[in-house]
Amino acid sequence: MMSLITDLYAYWISVLLMMVGLYIVIDHNNLFKKLIGLNIFQTSVFILFISMGKVDQGTAPILKEGFETFSNPLPHVLILTAIVVSIATTAVGLALVVSINKYYKTINESEIQAIEREEA
Amino acid sequence: MILMHTPALQVIIPLIAAPLCCLLPKSRLAWLFTTLVSFSTFAISVLLVWQVHAVGVIDYEMGNWPAPLGIKYHIDSLSAFILILISAIASITLLGARSIIEQEIPHSKHALFYTAFLLCLTGLLGIVATNDAFNVFVFLEISSLSTYALIAMGRNRKALMAAYEYLIMGTIGATFILIGIGLLYMQTGTLNMFDLHDRMPIIGGFNSVHAGFAFFTVGIFLKLALFPLHQWLPNAYTFAPSAVSVFLAATSTKVALYLLYRVFYTIFGFEFSFSTLHLGAVLLPLSIVAIILSSLIAIFQSDIKRLLAYSSLAQIGYMTLGVSLQTQSGLIASMINLFNHAFIKGALFMCLACIAYSIKTTRFNHMAGIAKTQPWVAAAFVVGGIALIGLPPTAGFISKWYIVLAVLETSWWLAIVVVLTSLLAVIYVWRVVEQMYLREPLDNIRHGTPVPMMLIICTWIMILLSVYFGIDNRFPVRMATMAAEMLMP
Repeated sequence: MMSLITDLYAYWISVLLMMVGLYIVIDHNNLFKKLIGLNIFQTSVFILFISMGKVDQGTAPILKEGFETFSNPLPHVLILTAIVVSIATTAVGLALVVSINKYYKTINESEIQAIEREEA
Repeated sequence: MILMHTPALQVIIPLIAAPLCCLLPKSRLAWLFTTLVSFSTFAISVLLVWQVHAVGVIDYEMGNWPAPLGIKYHIDSLSAFILILISAIASITLLGARSIIEQEIPHSKHALFYTAFLLCLTGLLGIVATNDAFNVFVFLEISSLSTYALIAMGRNRKALMAAYEYLIMGTIGATFILIGIGLLYMQTGTLNMFDLHDRMPIIGGFNSVHAGFAFFTVGIFLKLALFPLHQWLPNAYTFAPSAVSVFLAATSTKVALYLLYRVFYTIFGFEFSFSTLHLGAVLLPLSIVAIILSSLIAIFQSDIKRLLAYSSLAQIGYMTLGVSLQTQSGLIASMINLFNHAFIKGALFMCLACIAYSIKTTRFNHMAGIAKTQPWVAAAFVVGGIALIGLPPTAGFISKWYIVLAVLETSWWLAIVVVLTSLLAVIYVWRVVEQMYLREPLDNIRHGTPVPMMLIICTWIMILLSVYFGIDNRFPVRMATMAAEMLMP
């Protein structure tokens, strides 16, 4: 039972971060903090990918004597791409939050909903 | 020589064109450039369909790297079918939409608008063309990110909130798909879809495959806007600029549906998805609820754009209903509905673009008697509405016909549901038609801006296409049959 926790601790951390991130996205009223939650959520997936590529005693994939076990570099490459995607998402999200603040004078979700109800 | 590279060109032309487009100084030039590029993607997709007919399947290795190492593009009857649909809709939309884009979007942002449009087109085409699971994620995000930007350009400030909500939901969906890809990679050590499938049965009992399946399901359902994960769609379609609504309504959920076919039939395989893990039992009730609930909600909408958005949700329900039947005829019905509905809904949103151009709103109360001043637009809406309900001789009838036939193989009460919910469509279409034809025109309509010829012509091209595919349905039926036979041998 203990080994399930100790051996797979990287996965537990990423699951924990994933839940923290998702909870912030669902629960928070502040549009900016929601984006931070989304970032934490995405970062947890990066950790999941990177930890799955790691091989015990593995080194970087270098073809030279003395380097025999390699960690799998492919997940790292994938995650480099995913990080770029995540940054782009955050940038678009922040740009939206700035515009929302400009037109609604608030970035609090329930206040925005109240304004929209008043309009309707 | 150039024929060899068509699968790559399909995606690369709009991708390279996008950054070039944002350098163009004049709005007119940017429009011309974007339209030319989308017509060239259409020409390439026609070539691809022709090649698929001639040789069956096209495999293209990017940079000549063979499959397990490199990324392979794989065009079969299903991909070619969806590619031609996306590029055709993009071409017709752009051809007609210049005037409405000029009216709705500030002049300084035109080049950026067309850039985002091209990127969105790239993403959608890329998802369909590639055979690499991670590549799918990247293209999914390219199309989603540009979609968020496009929606946010809507005139109403609510467009910003709609785009923000879609960004949150869409990113969660795409990240779920990414987790699914990761879990499958963990078990199989490959990202190529066919290799994924080949290595799946041996390790079918492993938890990570099951978990990956669950993440894929939720992620795709989010992107597909299947009930109860549809919350982002009505606002996004309603507040987006009119031209964007046309393009998104006709293509984006369709590509998510394509992803559903690919992931559950090609990667996991029919046996595993439907017999071992009972995807059909999840899809069937959700589809029925989506059809009934969305049709009912559509009846009570006060904005026609939102009405059509809810009607889209119901139509997505019909498409997933076809999949949930777990038969080849159900799958064929689903694909035919996918194809026909894209033209029908595209045409109807084009009508609304005409109305929005003329009276600056699509609210129900403001368009009383619009048939008096805009007879061609109103007539187009009537024909589109008939197609949406599913009466002959329109493409909508063909979709409904195939769905009812497929459903009857399983159970008669489901067929009754399909027919009765079509009657709900009669109610909401009739409400609009009544408002357009049987009311006295208001002042805002009498003083409405005349709609440019090009916009009306393109609306009618889509309307006529959705009638044409009701009379001569050989192309969609043949493509769908070939694709279904390939997915469910």
